[in-house]
Amino acid sequence: MILEGLARLGRSGLGSLERIGRAHLLLAGMVLGIGEILRRPGLLIAQLFNIGVLSMLIIGVSGLFVGMVLGLQGYYVLAQFGAAESLGVMVAASLVRELGPVVTALLVAGRAGSALTAEIGLMKATEQLSGLEMMAVDPVRRILTPRFFGGVLAMPLLAAMFSAVGVLGGYFVGVGLLGVDSGSFWSQMQSKVDFHEDIVNGVIKSVVFGVVVTWIALFQGHDSVPTSEGVSRATTRSVVHAALAVLGLDFVLTALMFGE
Amino acid sequence: MKIRGLCFRRGSQVVLHRVDMDIRRGAVTAVMGPSGTGKTTLLKLITGQLRPDAGSIEVDGEPVHTLGKSALFRLRRRMGMLFQSGALLTDLNVFDNVAYPLREHTDLNPSMLRKLVLLKLEAVGLRGARDLMPSELSGGMARRVALARAIALDPDMILYDEPFTGQDPISKGMLVTLIRQLNDAAGLTSILVSHDVDETASIADHIYVISHGEIIAQGTPQEIAADRSAWVRQFMDGLPDGPVHFHYPALPLADDLLPRGVAR
Amino acid sequence: MGKQRGIEILVGLFMAVGFVALFFLAMQVSNLSAAVNSDGYRLTARFANVGSLKARSPVSMAGVRVGRVEAVSFDKDTYEAVVTMRIDAATDTIPDDTFANIFTAGLLGEQYIALEPGGSMKYLRDGDEIAHTQSALILEQMIGQFLFSKAGGD
Repeated sequence: MILEGLARLGRSGLGSLERIGRAHLLLAGMVLGIGEILRRPGLLIAQLFNIGVLSMLIIGVSGLFVGMVLGLQGYYVLAQFGAAESLGVMVAASLVRELGPVVTALLVAGRAGSALTAEIGLMKATEQLSGLEMMAVDPVRRILTPRFFGGVLAMPLLAAMFSAVGVLGGYFVGVGLLGVDSGSFWSQMQSKVDFHEDIVNGVIKSVVFGVVVTWIALFQGHDSVPTSEGVSRATTRSVVHAALAVLGLDFVLTALMFGE
Repeated sequence: MKIRGLCFRRGSQVVLHRVDMDIRRGAVTAVMGPSGTGKTTLLKLITGQLRPDAGSIEVDGEPVHTLGKSALFRLRRRMGMLFQSGALLTDLNVFDNVAYPLREHTDLNPSMLRKLVLLKLEAVGLRGARDLMPSELSGGMARRVALARAIALDPDMILYDEPFTGQDPISKGMLVTLIRQLNDAAGLTSILVSHDVDETASIADHIYVISHGEIIAQGTPQEIAADRSAWVRQFMDGLPDGPVHFHYPALPLADDLLPRGVAR
Repeated sequence: MGKQRGIEILVGLFMAVGFVALFFLAMQVSNLSAAVNSDGYRLTARFANVGSLKARSPVSMAGVRVGRVEAVSFDKDTYEAVVTMRIDAATDTIPDDTFANIFTAGLLGEQYIALEPGGSMKYLRDGDEIAHTQSALILEQMIGQFLFSKAGGD
């Protein structure tokens, strides 16, 4: 009984290690395939469309509402301390440092990541990937690499849009509806939000999230069991793993960047 | 092409066990057997998508199982493969699907490319369907388009993975004729994996019958038809009971139905 | 071809909007626009204690920001903190007997330097040092002193 349990534990441990190994080989393959997208920029453009353009609407709308909620909530808290002018700082700093990169990554994982997993999984299930391989075309380079770099490139841009729209949403609520002084809203924001510490770090975060979310999505698709059930499971796993990875990594990155 | 002592395992399950095969140039060789006996695995091993655990596979003197990626890709340009599902790229239309390998591996100018693609489509009778998307094709048409794509680069060898499965009799007939015609017209070597007995027997020059990863019979269609072994007879004639039992292994029915059997 | 072109245009638009958003964050939200402004002139001041004063803390006069702290360093010979400030070029009439205080914005807010002009007719130039300084008020020390004096008074 005990030996059987140990054996099962060992087997699942080895299985996980193998999966991690395959994931890293895939990542290496995709990164090394960068020459492919330099030779065929059209492939990258198509993926920027799929991942970036098609996510713009949800990112913009969510950013606006998150910013507006921050404006409302922040105002009531700050007003108690007579510091309503600091609303701009609060809205901008929380968006740029945390909410922009993190919420964008979560939304992209749900909107584009799941679609990527399903697409790759279906291509595998319908033997399209094997078909490419038989035509002497490397599917990792041709199919996965452009999607990977599309995601990595689109993520920081989407996060920047999210934050920018969010700041405007906060401005609209704080200044437009609640009567915070417009000048101090902006000037306080500008004096407290640091370009290197906040904006650059936020961009770095979202690039990392872009790598992680697309990597997980593509790996789950590429590694899925090629049946309809396998693909649907892989899609669920892709979103769950990506969300957990983003939140966990966010803590690590925040500790590294903002901790002294 | 020579295969010697080929073994392949998936986990602890043996998929292929000591398989020896010789495939002659210019002939149609069929590999037959029930589902799940490693026929598709065999094709994947021949094309180098999987690596064997033991044994060797030589295609035209090249040992497939030891080739590096670029050598393997060079070899694959001389192989065409028709997948069970057709494996057309769903976001390209028929014309672009057939043109894909040509665009990938040659520098033909657009007018040459167009002519070549149309010729290949004409060969499978689908020149008129060039602007359709794969989702608009019937199963038989999709396979014919895939066939046109497989022969786009004028390969020396073409592999068919279950070309007849799930086809209506008319498409089956078309595919049978096409496979034979292509083989004879272009001097291709064809390897056909299938469990459709009649269609396969009608076009194959040589047949291997495998079961549970082992070859149990081989020979010309006539020799196989004359084979007396119980297993081959069951498979070829489609008998419901024989060496392969109709019933999945179970307790005697009485034990299963009586309540004390449950209580025990 | 038309479809491909549409995609290209939309992707171009996407990237443009993304970069505009980044630019907006950099210029309008953060202090990059202020940090780029490296003209003006430098003054130094020595304090016994700077509290939590940091680089980029504001320097103000009569409540109006006239510059920023550029660096805070420690002088190991005198055991004092040396604060380097960059003052906007437009504010070029700071008398040489100006008094530099470190104040706190609000009870728990950020610390900043407030300059109180003296009456001298000679103005500070680039590289000059402000002689009169008043260190940061450390809240814990103040509370300690307050309690101590209360205890002593009783």
